[in-house]
Amino acid sequence: MTQALTEFGSTVATALEQNCLKVEVIRDELILWVPRTAIVPVLTYLRDDPRCLFKVLVDLCGVDYPERAERFEVVYNLLSLKHNRRIRVKVTTDEETPVPSCVGVYSTAGWFEREAWDMYGIFFADNPDLRRILTDYGFEGHPLRKDFPLTGFVEVRYDEDQKRVVYEPVKLKQEFRSFDFLSPWEGMNHLLPGDEKFKDTPDPEAGSKS
Amino acid sequence: MSETATKPTIKTASALDTATASGALTNAPVAMDIKNYNLNFGPQHPAAHGVLRLVLELDGETVERCDPHIGLLHRGTEKLIEYKTYMQALPYFDRLDYVAPMSQEHAFALAVEKLMGIDVPLRAQYIRVLYAEISRIANHLLNVTTFAIDVGAITPLLWGFEDRERLMEFYERVSGARLHANYFRPGGVHQDLPPGLVEEILGFCDAFPKRIDDLENLLTENRIFKQRTVDIGIISPDDAFDWGLSGPMLRGSGVAWDLRKSQPYDAYADMDFDIPVGKNGDCWSRYLVRMEEMRQSIKIMRQAILEMPGGPFMVNDRKVAPPPRAEMKHSMEALIHHFKLYTEGYHVPAGETYTAVEAPKGEFGVYVVSDGSNKPYRCKIRAPGFAFLQAADFMGKGHMLADVVAIIGSMDIVFGEIDR
Repeated sequence: MTQALTEFGSTVATALEQNCLKVEVIRDELILWVPRTAIVPVLTYLRDDPRCLFKVLVDLCGVDYPERAERFEVVYNLLSLKHNRRIRVKVTTDEETPVPSCVGVYSTAGWFEREAWDMYGIFFADNPDLRRILTDYGFEGHPLRKDFPLTGFVEVRYDEDQKRVVYEPVKLKQEFRSFDFLSPWEGMNHLLPGDEKFKDTPDPEAGSKS
Repeated sequence: MSETATKPTIKTASALDTATASGALTNAPVAMDIKNYNLNFGPQHPAAHGVLRLVLELDGETVERCDPHIGLLHRGTEKLIEYKTYMQALPYFDRLDYVAPMSQEHAFALAVEKLMGIDVPLRAQYIRVLYAEISRIANHLLNVTTFAIDVGAITPLLWGFEDRERLMEFYERVSGARLHANYFRPGGVHQDLPPGLVEEILGFCDAFPKRIDDLENLLTENRIFKQRTVDIGIISPDDAFDWGLSGPMLRGSGVAWDLRKSQPYDAYADMDFDIPVGKNGDCWSRYLVRMEEMRQSIKIMRQAILEMPGGPFMVNDRKVAPPPRAEMKHSMEALIHHFKLYTEGYHVPAGETYTAVEAPKGEFGVYVVSDGSNKPYRCKIRAPGFAFLQAADFMGKGHMLADVVAIIGSMDIVFGEIDR
């Protein structure tokens, strides 16, 4: 399985030449890294080439990695019914740079691109109908970005006096709790009163005991 | 109106031609400004299957453009999952397609298992197959019967829901909940089948084909039903690929594609069943496919019960599966494991996977990205209904307003999974 996928990946890579940055096979899944500008020709090739025939765009989504220079990944999951094979194509982008829309290649991309725009603010050039799709009419911000708080910024309620739904800043009944499960030690990580004197001792191990 | 009703074609050009021609004949200087009529369909409409808001542009009674507005049931599932441990994330999948909850859990459980490299015990695989098929019947029963209501038949709903209730009882017997089961867990299933349950399910398998026959008697050759569904919303296989359709929507167009056969997961490789395909790709074909799929599901359920092996129903790994309650009464180690599992949860190795199952509606996939912590970094939910509803514009164009209701009904959309 992995062997066949690796071979197939290298044939695709050679056919795409400079349009393919990297091919990976991880856990029997083929991943193709592609330059952003070449996404439309690459998808067209993958759809039409008799060795590929990835006729179905199963899924298109964004992923946010804020620490990267180009923070967004756009992930295209393709399926070939003819060869019973899946491939994942990835491009990277940031907040400003548009990704060419692939609506012309797969009609189904339209809504998926709208969703990626709505959720991440990834701009797709030439999408004929790039409106928000899942969020409220008049919503501001892109909720699936890692820097968007889970609770959001506004909440709605029906106001009896004004006889309409009003938007208000979020008021939390309980402070948002986030537990750090990655640190092996629980508890205080700031200096206790008097601990600062501890620094003067020459023993380097002493500071980490707090 | 009768000419337009016979053939669903786009008739703007001809309509305009006749309008200008008649205007020229009477040589009246009146400039006819023919405006299309915009109609808001839903979000509170019984035929909208939940909270669908369709903005329809009508030319007379013919649909020119169909613009679904979705997101009225958006709950931010994907965002919430990023803040929950893998174990806490699972119940959200019940709430996606709440008509067949366990199929969604199945996709997430398989994805996590793939990332963690867990081999699920055989008994658990059979139980999952059994319950995935129960979900399929529950889904198709709801879809077929509400579809019938959309086009004017009320009795199927009354009959179908009786059996659907029995299926929910089977859900309740294993998980304690009729709908939000939270039963398929990464590593197996949460509990073993209680004694006596398989006999009852077998009894259901014996009785249910009769009920399918009854429904078919009411619908399949019914004149009104056929008038409303035959040749409505035809999809060719190429269009189906282009619009990313899957499941009965694809098989109705004659494409024999089923992930249970082509990319088998769990115990489906051992099951013997057929894939029904439609001929014309219209609403009627999709209805017929679903009816036959229910019969095939019964066949799979029987096999799963009769061939179900004994043994554990969950992996024997205390880092993933909780210890049995009895063990916790005397083992300190078990108590610690239980505490760690239900607070911190398990850490999933860094990586990513797209894992899909053949849910009753079509290909339901999850794209999980893990960063090695105890919470998913990203969990994209690929709902089949999302792609279906997008195709509503293409399918509804040129049809009559009433046909849009039939098309929406045959698409089998549930807003829990579309809006997420």
